[in-house]
Amino acid sequence: MSVPMENPISFTNVGRSKWWHRGIFASQTGYVLLALVVLMIAMRFASPYFFTEGNMQNVAKNFSFIAIATLGITFVIITGGIDLSVGSMMCFSAMITSMVMVELSASGSSFVHLAADGKTVVANVPGLIFLISVLAGLLAAFIVGIINGFCIAVLGLSPFVTTLGMLSIVRGLAYVVSNGRGSFPGGPDADLFYGLTSGDVYGVPAPFIYLVILALVMAVVLHHTSFGRHVFALGGNEKAAELTGIPVVRVKIQVYVLCALAAGLQGIIISGWLGSAPANMATSYELNVIAAAVIGGANLAGGLGGPLGAIVGCVLLEVIRNGLVLAQVNSYWQQTLVGVIIILAVLVDRIRSRMT
Amino acid sequence: MTTSSTSGQPVLELTGIGKEFGAIRALHDVDMHVHPGEVVGLMGDNGAGKSTLVKIIAGNFRPTHGEIRFDGHAVHFNRPIDARAVGIEVVYQDLALADNLTAAANVFLGRELKRKFGPIALLDHKAMAARALDLFGELRSETRPYDLVKQMSGGQRQAVAIARTRLSNAKLVMMDEPTAAISVRQVEQVLSLIHRLKEQGVAVMLISHRMPDVFAVCDRVIVMRRGEKRADKPIHDTSPEEVTALITGAKEAA
Repeated sequence: MSVPMENPISFTNVGRSKWWHRGIFASQTGYVLLALVVLMIAMRFASPYFFTEGNMQNVAKNFSFIAIATLGITFVIITGGIDLSVGSMMCFSAMITSMVMVELSASGSSFVHLAADGKTVVANVPGLIFLISVLAGLLAAFIVGIINGFCIAVLGLSPFVTTLGMLSIVRGLAYVVSNGRGSFPGGPDADLFYGLTSGDVYGVPAPFIYLVILALVMAVVLHHTSFGRHVFALGGNEKAAELTGIPVVRVKIQVYVLCALAAGLQGIIISGWLGSAPANMATSYELNVIAAAVIGGANLAGGLGGPLGAIVGCVLLEVIRNGLVLAQVNSYWQQTLVGVIIILAVLVDRIRSRMT
Repeated sequence: MTTSSTSGQPVLELTGIGKEFGAIRALHDVDMHVHPGEVVGLMGDNGAGKSTLVKIIAGNFRPTHGEIRFDGHAVHFNRPIDARAVGIEVVYQDLALADNLTAAANVFLGRELKRKFGPIALLDHKAMAARALDLFGELRSETRPYDLVKQMSGGQRQAVAIARTRLSNAKLVMMDEPTAAISVRQVEQVLSLIHRLKEQGVAVMLISHRMPDVFAVCDRVIVMRRGEKRADKPIHDTSPEEVTALITGAKEAA
């Protein structure tokens, strides 16, 4: 099929950019990572407590509390969409999980039969209540994600408006199902639940372990599967994606479902750490999550982003918060500083892309 | 190389194609044929029916009257995918490229090569890059598979879009105004890309407003006016002046 070439392609006219102009070195993720390293070194000298084991564990735990949801929303942001319902989704999933857990354990419950020993039937299988209740929480997230995706991909509503509506709907449902009181994990599997959500393995916080695993999986999915490729194509040029036969509607629904599931899982983990799922839990977390993704280099116009950026953004936010605490700065400054950093990160990227 | 191979079976044959949008008659009784390895220029003023004709061939519209035969068989396209399945590719004016992806990724967009690892299918980056490099080589384009389309010149972007049509071994490639928005040097590149397609025996339909380009690469020119075919002539039997006269209506038919 290939034609014998009189002259092989020489690339005489086409230069190759230098290594520091390519890949991660040329990305916002790259220099935000650099800024993070510099900041951590500065913290090392500013406070003797920063690099202590206890503080590091704290930092790892705290940023893991928004990082899983940030991974999820990064999918959506790469396609050029946005999901404002993550905060509400965290709360709703956590609430469903703990309510199901309590319901399945209660002997007076109308949903389950009692076994001979007076416990509920499911309570006799170790871990079953835990499994069912977590799956129930994730199922709630899945349904909300499907609805988001359907409205956006099939009905063609704007992602901003759809998920803004969903933010309110899901939060409202959380108040409705709990009568505004929130719910508490309970029953025989509660200890297992707390252990798996806020425990640690050899000093490494469990949420951090989940985060690392999910981030690795996400990196493979984004860069080494056709689904990931289609996610990027959608953000780069949606019309081109459609013309080349990419199932645009399906991919869009999938990213909103992934985002909702990540938020749901995140919410369940947070409720384990809090010991409850109050109805006002994770209020306005969507803004932290979006901020972390954007600081880490996800482009709200679509086409750019990844798990490393999502994590770097979350770590940076947490190190700053932690640093301000250690430096005994009034903690109210944190929000102001986060805002400044969002704008700075995007501004530096703009200046850099103008220079090259 | 430039002699047209008008012998043998045409790859595309239209008979009596007509299209009405309500009361508006966009196309009326158009007959045409394109042979393998032939480059046909399709010219006409805005509203002459060029786009409607292209969209019918590409499967975007169904004709109200007439028959399309492709490779000797009557075909009916309901969607663009149907046309692509038989071997008709369109290079769109805006090229339909995703800027944030590499050249190879764009060539293989929507039909990625994969390797199975048990139940998981992962992208085969190496195979795609090698195949893309081959295609760019065939097109004599200095394009690196791993470079981002964002950083490419207009000519390179054209090469990526055309390489995509080569990937599916299309028998007919329709190019919609490929030289409308690029520099003089890049126009040369695009015209030579068209020559490469011709060498491979691909039929090309070039939809263009630019007279010099049409006369540089086409074997035959078809002129549309008011939804009808007004002329269908070998390029060496006509002149830019005559074609202009046909397009504007100064000359009724030839």
